[in-house]
Amino acid sequence: MVTTDRPSSTSTGADEGPARRGTTWRSLLGAFLRRREASVFIVAIGLMVYFRLSSDVFLEKPNLVNIAQATAPGAIVAVGIVLLLVSGEIDLSVGMVFALAPFLMHYAADFYGVPPLLSILLALVVSALIGLGNGLIVCLLKVPSFVTTLGTFYVLFGVVLTTSHAYPAEIPPSMEGRIQSWLGAANWAELIWCLLIVGYFHVVLTRTRWGIYTVSVGGNLLGATEAGIRVNRIKIGNFMITSVLGAFAGIMEAFRVNTIDPNLGGGTTVTFTAISAAVIGGTALAGGSGTIVGALLGALVLAELQNGFNLIGISANPFYLILGAAILISMIANQYLTRLRRAGET
Amino acid sequence: MAEPGAAPVDDPAGGPGDQPVFRVENVAKRYGAVVALSDVSLRLGKGEVLGLLGDNGAGKSTLVKILCGFHKPDAGTLILDGEPVEFRSVEHARSLGIDIVYQDLALVNELSVFHNMFLNRESVRWRLLQNRKMRRLAKEHLAAIGITNIRDVGVEVAKLSGGQRQAIAVARAVTSNAKVLLLDEPLAAMGAKEGALILDLIQDLRANSDVSMIVIAHNYAQILEVCDRINVLQHGRITFDKPTAETGIEELTDLMVTEYRNARRQLGNAAS
Repeated sequence: MVTTDRPSSTSTGADEGPARRGTTWRSLLGAFLRRREASVFIVAIGLMVYFRLSSDVFLEKPNLVNIAQATAPGAIVAVGIVLLLVSGEIDLSVGMVFALAPFLMHYAADFYGVPPLLSILLALVVSALIGLGNGLIVCLLKVPSFVTTLGTFYVLFGVVLTTSHAYPAEIPPSMEGRIQSWLGAANWAELIWCLLIVGYFHVVLTRTRWGIYTVSVGGNLLGATEAGIRVNRIKIGNFMITSVLGAFAGIMEAFRVNTIDPNLGGGTTVTFTAISAAVIGGTALAGGSGTIVGALLGALVLAELQNGFNLIGISANPFYLILGAAILISMIANQYLTRLRRAGET
Repeated sequence: MAEPGAAPVDDPAGGPGDQPVFRVENVAKRYGAVVALSDVSLRLGKGEVLGLLGDNGAGKSTLVKILCGFHKPDAGTLILDGEPVEFRSVEHARSLGIDIVYQDLALVNELSVFHNMFLNRESVRWRLLQNRKMRRLAKEHLAAIGITNIRDVGVEVAKLSGGQRQAIAVARAVTSNAKVLLLDEPLAAMGAKEGALILDLIQDLRANSDVSMIVIAHNYAQILEVCDRINVLQHGRITFDKPTAETGIEELTDLMVTEYRNARRQLGNAAS
């Protein structure tokens, strides 16, 4: 797993705060705590330990596959959400793009005989255009992104239900086999794609002009404009990236569950999971700062909660109550740790 | 059309050898019903420092934002090195050699000092930012212009004082090899010591480089000593144009205050 190898040493260090250790130890610990992802990382490890103690199978391979599959789609969508939140916008419609994209692929492949990979590409391109539409409405017509994408959400919902007659569809026969397993059905396929995407966009956000401009646009829109940054291009681009990532995650999820279902996974659930993951991971809703690795860890925390509660045998009804409380508690812990981190910096 | 020796007909800058580097002719700008600039003409000689004074709301910031390519004028012409130019964007103006320190500084709090100094002109290799190189250059640039109170260029701009932020914004524009530098209220938000640092900086540039500057201010006492010439902008027009040597604080104060007194008197007359 992603999280088990690197920090076993650091996580033990976290509870040794009061103990006087060598200065190298303290500076290592300081450097770790100064990272924005530190708090969510500690929460993820804490949950892992707790659930492992409560249930023997939590860290066994079949369950790790479950956790990976529950983490990946949310994390992929959350990558886009982080980019948008950092640039000061949000996309509520991405969950519906997630639901629509596999249908688009299915229509193209089964009704128009488009070759498999081309149908997938087509679905991604259409999704990019949806993101473009969102971005143009927000940037040129000045409608707040919350409202714009709320509207898009319902429009796409209507499109999904109307075109599918609210019935699930089968995975196109031409895609069964290699394509289906590479793009989601194989045990670790979703996780591997997720890690590649997270890694790539982490570099984009922290080490490229696009990333710096995304931060600038969200941190100081007027200042970014004055510095000559094409702010609309950045925002619209991030809307498009988010839509495409939503579509890709939706297609993979359809391949994994082996059906294309208008009511499965997509819609509000994905949107909310992704926003929760981003926020739990340490991305500010106010724009200007955020972390993609944090969002991955946030998605992991959510997946752990869901999976762990299941294993412990908490019934479905109070599950959301506990999930909600867990989100609140982890966010409060996050705030507290952030304050500690700030104090450590000065 | 081009007659030999057809020097600009009424070029107030002087003889043909003394062509101004930047000229503004009859520029106007309105926002809806509000006239920000009605008819502004000014000129800037090579290496000259022009002080542009005016009350709040006189149109200084609008003028500056037209000169740097941020706004487009409704009417009028900008002439750079004798050629009429139309700035398509801030980037375009910058590529032609006009750089600016905005009144609001245009710094991004969430980015480090060196990222701010290289904002929109980052060094990139294989599409990745060359952070180490920018960090080093930022340090060198700051040291070169005598800004020594910023220890770590990796720190977020949000953590700096007002004066330090101003210094970074000035350093960013100064190190861009501009022909024309626009400074919008460079002494705002500055303590006495930091203000002196910026004034020294302008003084150094005036002495050691060819760069021409327009310094916008409403507190003229401070900038008088660094300017070669003073223009006053009132109600969207230039109402005063003299070399600094031929004017002084008294005259400028009179000019500014007279206007206020006149307006008051008129109000009083109207009321009685």
